Amino acid sequence: MAIVELKGVAKRYDSAPGRKGNDHANAVEDFNLTTKDGEFVVLVGPSGCGKSTTMRMIAGLEHNTAGEIRINGKDVSNVEPRDRDIAMVFQSYALYPHMSVYHNMAFALELKKTPKDEVKQRVQEAARILDIEHLLDRKPRALSGGQRQRVALGRALVRQPQVFLMDEPLSNLDARLRVEMRAEITRLHRRLGVTTFYVTHDQTEAMTMGQRIVVMRDGRIQQIDTPYNLYERPVNRFVAGFIGTPSMNFLQADRQGDTLKGEGFSCPLNPRQQAALEGGGQRSRCWLGIRPEHLHQVEESGGRGRLEGVIEVIEPLGPVTMAQVRAGETLITAQLAAHLDVRIGDVLTLAFDPDHVHLFDIESDRTLGLEAYPATSSAQATA
Amino acid sequence: MTTSRVDQTPGRKRGAGGTALTLLAWLIGITMFFPIFWVVMTALKTEQTAFSMTPTFIFSPTLESFRSALAQGSGYWHYAINSVITAFGSTLVGLALAIPAAYAMAFYPSRRTDFTLVWMVSTKFIPAVGVLIPVFLVYRSLGLLDTRLGLTMLFTSMNLPIMVWMVYSYFRDIPVDIVEAASIDGASTTQTMFRVILPLALPGLASTGLLALILAWNESFWSLTMTDYHAATLAVYTASFKSGEGLFWARLSAASVLTIAPIVVLGWFAQRQMVRGLTFGAVK
Repeated sequence: MAIVELKGVAKRYDSAPGRKGNDHANAVEDFNLTTKDGEFVVLVGPSGCGKSTTMRMIAGLEHNTAGEIRINGKDVSNVEPRDRDIAMVFQSYALYPHMSVYHNMAFALELKKTPKDEVKQRVQEAARILDIEHLLDRKPRALSGGQRQRVALGRALVRQPQVFLMDEPLSNLDARLRVEMRAEITRLHRRLGVTTFYVTHDQTEAMTMGQRIVVMRDGRIQQIDTPYNLYERPVNRFVAGFIGTPSMNFLQADRQGDTLKGEGFSCPLNPRQQAALEGGGQRSRCWLGIRPEHLHQVEESGGRGRLEGVIEVIEPLGPVTMAQVRAGETLITAQLAAHLDVRIGDVLTLAFDPDHVHLFDIESDRTLGLEAYPATSSAQATA
Repeated sequence: MTTSRVDQTPGRKRGAGGTALTLLAWLIGITMFFPIFWVVMTALKTEQTAFSMTPTFIFSPTLESFRSALAQGSGYWHYAINSVITAFGSTLVGLALAIPAAYAMAFYPSRRTDFTLVWMVSTKFIPAVGVLIPVFLVYRSLGLLDTRLGLTMLFTSMNLPIMVWMVYSYFRDIPVDIVEAASIDGASTTQTMFRVILPLALPGLASTGLLALILAWNESFWSLTMTDYHAATLAVYTASFKSGEGLFWARLSAASVLTIAPIVVLGWFAQRQMVRGLTFGAVK
């Protein structure tokens, strides 16, 4: 177990084309994070946001060009990967094809000249935890994707490292297996309590697994927070749109007294929102963010927020129905009741609770009045 | 009816095309093999039959020419041992140099890696005769003329560019994640190379070695120009049968057969390995 600190960490690539090369001049900028001992931290963001580069810098596979990386207080910025006491699970699993599962798992221990009996005992223990004891004699090519994934986890597990690094380990699995392995990794972490960094582009994975999530974009941290806070208190429009499935809807709104209005919608403002719009100078316009699950089909909105539009797409998913509604120029996604008695082309009236909407600055995209939201735990916002 | 006719036509066309292709392949194969076949045939003839202007296919075979080519004084075993030492020696030294070079270029590429590779191979564009005089003068000063060491060094440098290129392309087929996984597992560069990468690239290394061996074995230009007797290889031995008294076709053919036989036999046994190695990167 360990505390990992990243202070002002940056990665700037020259034009040297490595096989893992990246053309971005600044892949990561000013990355600051201190984990708790045994914490599960998820790095999430779209492709090219720098999350994998950050993890590779923690692993020592890339050198940070600025800042320092400390593991348990020791600066490891110039320490070789093998001396950092970390284990990593790769997206491609990176198993050694010519070695059996046993030797794949034992390789690191053998290099350390661990006594044979201990190697055997640790490999078998890891294999038992991951339910792969029956596969120990097989070569990786004789395994399914899910089994390979377990072996890759086992290889990391036997090391008993201070830090686990997992780089999109589930992205090559089918949807069902991914859900299973997600739960399994969470269980493993709870059992072992090892500080873990987990990279993914899938926000559902991030939300379900992470104790804290680092949302990144263009090499910069957007927000570091708990899953709940990211959902309820996103610091800007990017985080608000990235976290949550389906994504938050954004509408350009004009303020008219104590109401926000735009094409096909109106939203009465509560005192907190009014204060937020007035903070830092009067604003006549802003972005209004509404999550699809906060929209409800009604006949009359009855003093709540109201949105009206023409249905363009209906997607019945079983427990809910997703509808795409055109309100003026904007296409809105609404998560509605399962049995929706509407057709494409119908005009749909939707209501929403004004307390659930998010307001964003029209220019900077920052959340307005964030400080007035109830905080639920320690959070760090850098946007 | 119509459907069946439509179905048959392309089938017939494919059949005809296939037969023509097969015939063409046989024709090319026979054309390529014919000189070797003819050499073996000639080696089994008497000098009189071999010298005859009318090609003879039916004759009573004799091993007389082989006896003569192997006779004491011909020095076959002396030349053969030199060939074995220089060909195997240069292949081993070549692999020992090519593997680390290719490893560095494949897994730790720099801005100049591509240029270096192209430059190395471009040295093969220069005809050997172009560098004969400087090499000869340097060798003479260093006392390397007509030595096995000198010839081994020449064969090594002659084959090194192609060996680096081949090994590099086999290494490039190995995912870099595996090297990174090994380094995180605690392996040093040497341990990663010997315990992870080399076992994975073994088919490729074997075919590279085999190709280098064949090229060195068959090399004649440097053997003829840089050696006299002490380090002379089977290429010199074969050439020695072209005497001033005229050509003895049967004996020359027997010497040729004795020169190429070891490498042909080796190639025959290693055929499967060679094909696997040469298609290593092509088929995934």
